[in-house]
Amino acid sequence: MSVSRRDFLKSSAAVAAAGAVGISVPQEAQAEAAKAESNWRWDKAACRFCGTGCGIMLATKGGKIVAVKGDPAAPVNRGLNCIKGYFNAKIMYGADRLKTPLLRMNDKGEFDKKGKFKPVSWKRAFDEMEFHAKKALKASGPEGVAVFASGQYTVMEGYAAQKMMKGGFRSNAIDPNARHCMASAVVGFYQTFGIDEPSGCYDDIEITDTIVTWGSNMAEMHPILWSRVSDRKLSNPDKVKIVNIQTYTHRTCDIGDINIIFSPNTDLALWNYIAREIVYRDKKGGGKEDIIDWDFINENIVFTAGPTNIGYGLRRAGEKSITPVNPDGSAGKYTALEMEIINKEMEKKVSAKEAPALEPFGYKEGDTMKHTAGTLKHWHISFEDYKKSLEPYTLEYTAEISKGDPNESMESFKEKLQALAELYIEKNRKVVSFWTMGMNQHTRGTWVNTLSYNVHFMLNKQALPGNGAFSLTGQPSACGTAREVGTFCHRLPADMMVKNPKHRAITEKTWGIPAGTLNPVGNQHIMKIHRDIEDGIVKFAWVNVCNAYQDSASASHWIKAAREMDNFIVTSDGYPGISAKVSDLVLPSAMIYEKWGAYGNAERRTQHWRQQVLPVGDAMSDTWQWMEFAKRFTVKDLWGGYTLRNGKKLADVRADAKKFDYTDDTTMYDILFANKGKEYKLDMTKFPQEGYDNSECIGDSRNVKGGDGEVFKGYGYMVHEYLFEEYASFGRGHGHDLAPFEVYHKVRGLKWPVIDGKETQWRFNVKYDPYAAKAVKDSGNNSTHAFYGPLAKNLLQGNLSGPDKSKGKKSLKNKAKIFARPYMDPPEMPDEKYDTWLCTGRVLEHWHSGTMTMRVPELFRAVPEALCYMHPKDAKAKGLKRGELAWVESRRGKVKARVETRGRNRPPQGLVFVPWFDEKVFINKVCLDATCPMSKQTDYKKCAVSIKKV
Amino acid sequence: MADSNNNRRKFMATTLQSVGLTALGGLLWSGYSDEVKASPLVLRPPAAIEEEDFLKACIKCGLCAEACVNRDSNKNTDGSQRDGTLIMAKGGDHKMIGTPFFIPTEIPCYMCDDIPCVPVCPSGALDMKSVLNKENELDINLARMGLAVVHKESCVAFWGIQCDACYRACPIQGEAITIEHQKNDRTGKHAFLLPIVHSDICTGCGLCEKACITEEPAIFVLPVEEATGRAGNHYVKGWDMKDQLRVKDAKEIHTVDERSDKKASDYLNMEVEY
Repeated sequence: MSVSRRDFLKSSAAVAAAGAVGISVPQEAQAEAAKAESNWRWDKAACRFCGTGCGIMLATKGGKIVAVKGDPAAPVNRGLNCIKGYFNAKIMYGADRLKTPLLRMNDKGEFDKKGKFKPVSWKRAFDEMEFHAKKALKASGPEGVAVFASGQYTVMEGYAAQKMMKGGFRSNAIDPNARHCMASAVVGFYQTFGIDEPSGCYDDIEITDTIVTWGSNMAEMHPILWSRVSDRKLSNPDKVKIVNIQTYTHRTCDIGDINIIFSPNTDLALWNYIAREIVYRDKKGGGKEDIIDWDFINENIVFTAGPTNIGYGLRRAGEKSITPVNPDGSAGKYTALEMEIINKEMEKKVSAKEAPALEPFGYKEGDTMKHTAGTLKHWHISFEDYKKSLEPYTLEYTAEISKGDPNESMESFKEKLQALAELYIEKNRKVVSFWTMGMNQHTRGTWVNTLSYNVHFMLNKQALPGNGAFSLTGQPSACGTAREVGTFCHRLPADMMVKNPKHRAITEKTWGIPAGTLNPVGNQHIMKIHRDIEDGIVKFAWVNVCNAYQDSASASHWIKAAREMDNFIVTSDGYPGISAKVSDLVLPSAMIYEKWGAYGNAERRTQHWRQQVLPVGDAMSDTWQWMEFAKRFTVKDLWGGYTLRNGKKLADVRADAKKFDYTDDTTMYDILFANKGKEYKLDMTKFPQEGYDNSECIGDSRNVKGGDGEVFKGYGYMVHEYLFEEYASFGRGHGHDLAPFEVYHKVRGLKWPVIDGKETQWRFNVKYDPYAAKAVKDSGNNSTHAFYGPLAKNLLQGNLSGPDKSKGKKSLKNKAKIFARPYMDPPEMPDEKYDTWLCTGRVLEHWHSGTMTMRVPELFRAVPEALCYMHPKDAKAKGLKRGELAWVESRRGKVKARVETRGRNRPPQGLVFVPWFDEKVFINKVCLDATCPMSKQTDYKKCAVSIKKV
Repeated sequence: MADSNNNRRKFMATTLQSVGLTALGGLLWSGYSDEVKASPLVLRPPAAIEEEDFLKACIKCGLCAEACVNRDSNKNTDGSQRDGTLIMAKGGDHKMIGTPFFIPTEIPCYMCDDIPCVPVCPSGALDMKSVLNKENELDINLARMGLAVVHKESCVAFWGIQCDACYRACPIQGEAITIEHQKNDRTGKHAFLLPIVHSDICTGCGLCEKACITEEPAIFVLPVEEATGRAGNHYVKGWDMKDQLRVKDAKEIHTVDERSDKKASDYLNMEVEY
């Protein structure tokens, strides 16, 4: 035995490794290391792979990125990364990068929707795009041209795209995949605070005593933040408590002091249960304790309610693709099975489960609830009304409907709920509530977001160091680009709205376009764009920095529409994925560090980087693609009059354009980019431009032939600085202040609002936020907080049943809102035939649809396929062995997935979890495209499926 | 059924082919002369008896590898067959030719609950009793194919990188591999999440090695003998009631070393130099 061990030590190459276990390898001398790196250039950037916003340093050598390190100076991660960040250097160098535009063509070299992809020039690519965009405009007006946008756009890309879409095409049909990711958080912020994005920041983690995660697998999805949470727990294990509130047990539950497994959608009831404890135990709520901070409430908070019969964001009766309705129940392009759920969009029966919760709102079991499509409307109510709305959430009722693990005893579950409420309520205990997709991807996502603030507000545990409800974002620039730049169908930069005439006027003025150019109707959110393509309205769609055909629920419908209908789909990407596959034209995009860029993370931190290397092949940035595309359209092409679908008219602004010295033939490139851009000079001898590539501005040594077929020599001005500064001008002085472009190249990001060069840690708090301090000073009161967000700050008054218009409106300047909102069922729940809940999500190893991370061999090897995680008893009952393939089937479609009953995700009986990164396990064919009717964010966390042996 | 018969035929054919190839001539055979000896680094199927005995018992029939590749759960989503975990050693594998083994970085053992490879063994080289639990059911958790070892200098978790890919891949997560949380004093606000392998639970399936994200895995499976030390039977942990079980075979103690190898009288009769 000992002999064989000695043999092994002598003979094997593996020895060195094994032999060294536990032994420290001596450090090389610092000087040696420096010598080895002498021809490397290190520069800072932000990580690409989630909303955390870790800082990294990139080493380039010979024009290629050769290495990456965590940036020790970055406050978020202090030099650390997760394993996606660890692979930033490899992510751009997969063997199958897209290097040239590819068009579906027939043998004669003509575009043919049924043809095969063949390489074409950029010029040909833009010729086709121009032709098809003009055709779509002619057929459907501005509503016929759409963009699937992204929370992974750089700030500049998003701003360029939004400007050309809304200012050029006059189309608001630009909506980001961030809609799928945090739209419910946004509407929650808007409704509660009147302004988007969190009040707190990551520093809360080190200050708080309690971390409660709601529908968030932070350990896998925000690993660096999770390591901060873990550190906080280690620093004071007895005092610091971690509570995880989830629909299945996962990685984050490992260090939970309490893990609560709840039945999908009943987080609504859990929040209301905590609120009920707070209110009913408080003296003013009829109890005996002093729990509610009434000084804070009276000064800063009002109580509100909105309608409950708002539907589920599904298709509505009369829409083209669900017409006609056939006797067998099918309708248009939808089967009878699909219609079983879609029909609930129009009306539903109140179930026994939700009836008690809906009783204060005037419904009882068996009532037919008729839905009107989601509305953001809400109105003042009294505290008494709010109290009444909470009455149903006794421990008994809440536990009864929300216990998610059939194998847990009711007593154990109730004890946990009580302990949870106590942690929130405990005086002087600081509490942070974190959530991610569990609360956002939710048919009542807006509601559940606002319910979180209710609890924090009543306890005066919001917008204070170590205290607050905090929405974690998934994407690197969901905040920075999608939200702050406003690449949503209804938004403009800095929280302005397309429907607000003042906001349109401000934007038109800044953009130098005629008054009345901007389209006031912004309703083509991402699911609506898909549905409009299926309805034949949108005929030109461009996928930017996302994978819209893999990431959208009810996927088969959208793919069929793209492949079989008369339309033209373009995808810009670094690598080929499902969206490129279903497109007619594929454009090669410069990736991350092949371009200048900026992201904004979940704590309002804006971070910039410079172009590190030249893009591969003929790839060019999305900014460049938009600017080249803009050259193809003139005033006369785009700015005539239109009548929109709803009958609203867009004025002919061509005559007004002349007042700006534009002719009929002035291009949108000149109007929207070059005219003002030229003021931003190139100076390659100065910081931050000196020594760095700048493909858009000066061209590069690849001599890529541009949109006109000539070698592209650069636009001749500092495009990135221009786009950033013009965008930033919208927010400065309006609570969104950003620092100058150059500053961001010197610092490791700054949390806006940046006032007098200083970032803001806690917004709305007079001590930390200059805007709050000013608001309090202006109003002459002594408040600790000012919730100064301007949206929806003048409301009607009423009760839980509705507003009473006769009472008139009441202002709530500088105040935030507590909402009365009940538990309701989701539209599709397990039944006899589809007996299991399906929840989808991500895994640490892969980013979104895996187009990038699946190309890193180590990450591919680590997790090569998506598994169907299920409870061993369920597997046994269905005759399934671990590792066997099963059909996961819903009313919409089915996929095969391998059953896993062990490992990282451990669902309770009755629920399965299937990640969505794997295009071979195309789970979005199974998912339901129901959304929060207010935020339009899809609920990927729940639908009903059957699981059967293949 | 037809399908699986087909697969079985195909599998048998390829196995025979490779045996045929290796049997071609003495030259080839002698070229791999190390392959007739025991190789200390080989990972054997679940329930394999000790290597020396295994080599004597294994009749190189391939039934275990056949059961592995043809198991119900070994299909791709497109219906095609995946390669099996178990490989029958052929010339060039540097293992005794014809014996079953596996390479975790290529295909780890997926730890099938019904362990199809074991009951089919006709020779006792795979000892089914060793993977039967108290209820007399097959229990793959009892298998000891090897033991995972972490090389902490190349394991990025020890750098502070948030990885734990091995932990997440572990089929006995939280038992065979646990995470140890340690403060990262350099950053002052992050924790190290370090994978720790527990040799009493780890089956050596190799899923961790397969999942490891470093270029060469920083966690890898070695045969248990190669990866473990052994404390003596003469000491029992006073703080651990169960530790006495470890030394249940403790015997009478006899020791001898250079100092004690002479008889006492012989020693005494040696003069002291002065």
